[in-house]
Amino acid sequence: MHIVIIGNGISGITAARTLRQLSADCQITVISAESDYFFSRTALMYVYMGHLRWKDIQPYEDWFWEKNRIQLKNARIQSIDTGAKVLHSGSGEQISYNKLIIASGSQPNKYGWPGQDLQGVHGLYSKQDLEAMEKGSIGLERAAIVGGGLIGIEMAEMFHSRHIPVTFLVRESSFWNGVLPAEESAMINRHIREHGIDLRLNTELKEIIDDGRGKAGAVITSTGERIACGYVGLTAGVSPNIGFLQGSGIAVQRGILVDAYLQTNAPDVYAIGDCAELQQPDPGRRAIEPVWYTGRMMGENVAHNILGKKTAYQPGIWFNSAKFFDIEYQVYGHVPAQFNAGEASFYWEHRDGKKAIRIVYDRASSAVLGFNLMGIRYRQEVCERWIQGKTPLEHVLQDLSLANFDPEFFPEYEAALLEKYSAETGKSIQRRAKRSLRSVLQFLKLSQA
Amino acid sequence: MEPNLSIINQSAHFGLNLGQKLGSILAGLGLLLLSLGLFGVQFPYSFAFLILALLMLSGGMLLYAWYTYSGQTAGIKNNGVWFKSLSNRGLWGMLSAVLITGFYVFLYFMPQYLGQGQNGAANSGLIAFFDPLSQFLKKQPASQWFVYGVLYTLGILVMGIKFIWKYRHNRYQVFRTCSVMFFQTGIAFLLPEFMQRLNQPYYDFKNMWPLDYDFFEKGQMDYLLNSGGVGLFMIVFGVAMIFIISPVLTYFYGKRWYCSWVCGCGGLAETVGDPFRQLSDKSLRAWKIERWLIYSVLVFVVIMTVAVLFAIFHENPAGYYVTRDLFLVIVLAIFGGLGLLLWQRPKYVQQIPRSVKIAASSVFALIIVLTTLAYFTNNPNVFFIPADWLKAWYGFFIGAIFSGVIGVGFYPLMGSRVWCRFGCPMAAILGLQQKFFSRFRITTNGGQCISCGNCSTYCEMGIDVRAYAQRGQDIVRASCVGCGICAAVCPRGVLRLENSALDVHTRAEAVRVIRLDVEKGVGLMQ
Repeated sequence: MHIVIIGNGISGITAARTLRQLSADCQITVISAESDYFFSRTALMYVYMGHLRWKDIQPYEDWFWEKNRIQLKNARIQSIDTGAKVLHSGSGEQISYNKLIIASGSQPNKYGWPGQDLQGVHGLYSKQDLEAMEKGSIGLERAAIVGGGLIGIEMAEMFHSRHIPVTFLVRESSFWNGVLPAEESAMINRHIREHGIDLRLNTELKEIIDDGRGKAGAVITSTGERIACGYVGLTAGVSPNIGFLQGSGIAVQRGILVDAYLQTNAPDVYAIGDCAELQQPDPGRRAIEPVWYTGRMMGENVAHNILGKKTAYQPGIWFNSAKFFDIEYQVYGHVPAQFNAGEASFYWEHRDGKKAIRIVYDRASSAVLGFNLMGIRYRQEVCERWIQGKTPLEHVLQDLSLANFDPEFFPEYEAALLEKYSAETGKSIQRRAKRSLRSVLQFLKLSQA
Repeated sequence: MEPNLSIINQSAHFGLNLGQKLGSILAGLGLLLLSLGLFGVQFPYSFAFLILALLMLSGGMLLYAWYTYSGQTAGIKNNGVWFKSLSNRGLWGMLSAVLITGFYVFLYFMPQYLGQGQNGAANSGLIAFFDPLSQFLKKQPASQWFVYGVLYTLGILVMGIKFIWKYRHNRYQVFRTCSVMFFQTGIAFLLPEFMQRLNQPYYDFKNMWPLDYDFFEKGQMDYLLNSGGVGLFMIVFGVAMIFIISPVLTYFYGKRWYCSWVCGCGGLAETVGDPFRQLSDKSLRAWKIERWLIYSVLVFVVIMTVAVLFAIFHENPAGYYVTRDLFLVIVLAIFGGLGLLLWQRPKYVQQIPRSVKIAASSVFALIIVLTTLAYFTNNPNVFFIPADWLKAWYGFFIGAIFSGVIGVGFYPLMGSRVWCRFGCPMAAILGLQQKFFSRFRITTNGGQCISCGNCSTYCEMGIDVRAYAQRGQDIVRASCVGCGICAAVCPRGVLRLENSALDVHTRAEAVRVIRLDVEKGVGLMQ
């Protein structure tokens, strides 16, 4: 059986690796026009900042692919004939498959801004984007970034690392406030400004001005201001990269439509990762989740389905993480930007304004629903166990140290949280657990039973 | 085409600020004064000039570090590490490698060119420059080792302060660095010098066999035994370090208690070597070479030590507290006991691979058979080679060339832990214990790894930490010195150094990454 995978990102590569783990004899081909070898997309920023070299963001050594008989092919697929089960590449090559996995990822959104196709205007998604950013940084005196999300702030940090001034245009009234609750969002606003970034909230891009040589020279904002900048980063989200599917008969909306088994409407064609759109996502989850972790899960999932171990895709309890300059962020479970009726949260923030813990719970049952951590690390397994078990908030507060994952000797804030809770509610809650691996292992064992 | 990415624009925006420039000039002037001393310039008030030179050198470096980190928010700041020629094996890296290697060659093999007085003659040059300081501390003229000790300690102190500024947000790093600074300055440098001033024997309490490979040598034993009660205490303490203190601490905390909290070689690597930690080779090939090399050195030092001790007791069977007969019993007990432990593994010890068992027991058997044979045939040379030769070879190839010249000289080429990773027999022993019988591990936090590679890149021991983290496996590796930098540089809070006895024999097995199970669906699996 020849299984062809379009795309060598985390989804496609996880699929390939899992296929090989499950089956010694299938033939696996991974096609990409972006890079010869799999790299960690989330680490592109560290190459620009000089923390890592290109080879350091490749998680497997080059011999790995041949040893595991995963054939890597550098080609761009132009069209798919799902009837004949043949792929047509840009160079006219034909590749036939028995099973096809589309893991073609995303592309940065462009909303039809005048000047959006000028030189020096790029997103930050691919290796080529990184190369463009490198070239564009030579002699650069100011960069503008459009779009206040995870990639926007990464780009700001990248330019900042090279001492290039940045103007950061954010449409919303506060950074990433569609995802972060108000306090966390305000914390990041402050932190961005602390680094000397020119953060413009409530500001949109109107137009990118040509410098007279086909290159970006300035941006005009929605307030009519003109800001001179030689590079414009477009980071207003991403959309599935599915242009090459036109005419293939594979059903798409925003992304490639897949069922619970990640199958498309075309026989033996599957789609995973950023480019896939679930027809029936779990309640509370989005149909398209362009996140590293879901891509990895889908990759494992699709491999099982293809090899006859049919399993519906169930992503489990949501989690994600990021780093905003120096502030690490982790989220487990349900933490909305705006609380629904019946939900409430307990929030504690350190007086330095760079660390915070938020626990979201159900008002009626007081079961915890989610955790937001800023500048503090928590254990995923422990948080999941509490959420799965619908553990009441006060139990969680008593045992909160079990979740603490900060390095040894770091100050612990769980006592401060209890104090705040007691002050707010008038109830006296005693700390039960202390931060130790022994207690964690015991807790995990007990709660599993 | 790949390697060129990101060097297009290198250093364009990495110019030095004014404070960094001033610091460099000051440190340069201090170095200049020292080199004038090296070339025999006689200073009036030479003690004052020496202090001035050392102050300028350290002050300049501290000024540079302050102006590097004070203007930045606390956090991981590895910006431009791979763009700077000092830290990316560029021109400055190569030059410093040549300079340090050269210094070590002179230090070990041609100290006369540094000014070491030969055959009782007075010192000259650089070493004479340090005479007043040595007289002040221990009422003796300086030697090349005194000069080395001063520069070594100063290096750990100055670069230790720099390291603390760099990681000021991380208490584990701050505490650990204070610890190595204390052990180097107090225990390794000042205490022995003062002991000598008080006519007591020279002894570094934190050093231990087999890193201190001539601990069991005849000269050393005689020296300590002839120093009365204090000397005897030192011997007892040294033996207790090997057989009691070190195994107990390694069981509780892993080998980090020594390698990155106490050890002088480790202390230098963690401070002076910190700018070079990313240069260690992470390939599987390097790991294979590492295992062959380090365990060969371990076997070499064990054989050498048995041979040397056997020769001592051969010459003087009535012995020093221990007799020749008793020594045979000790050898049989230790290696027989270890062999027994290997095959009759207690259940709280981690599974030991068969290949390790066979290799180790072959060495044990060889030592037992040859020692017994030599005992009964009255042959002074257990391994058919005079013990003195073994000792001389070990001292030359391992003690001087490997641990000194290559161990430090190659920092800018192969990273800061060349010696600790490929050569140190102490690290080998502690590592074996850490791997099979210790509560220590680095925990991976569920499925949060994004495979970015910061942990692997900044691992000075060349461990591919990411390979474990991305599949949700806890990291239990013999070579891990527990410096904690992988956990510090992780941008997603995935790694934590911790200890527990609860799962001590299975701690490397759990694979916790989010993965799929046909029965249970997708979720966080144990």
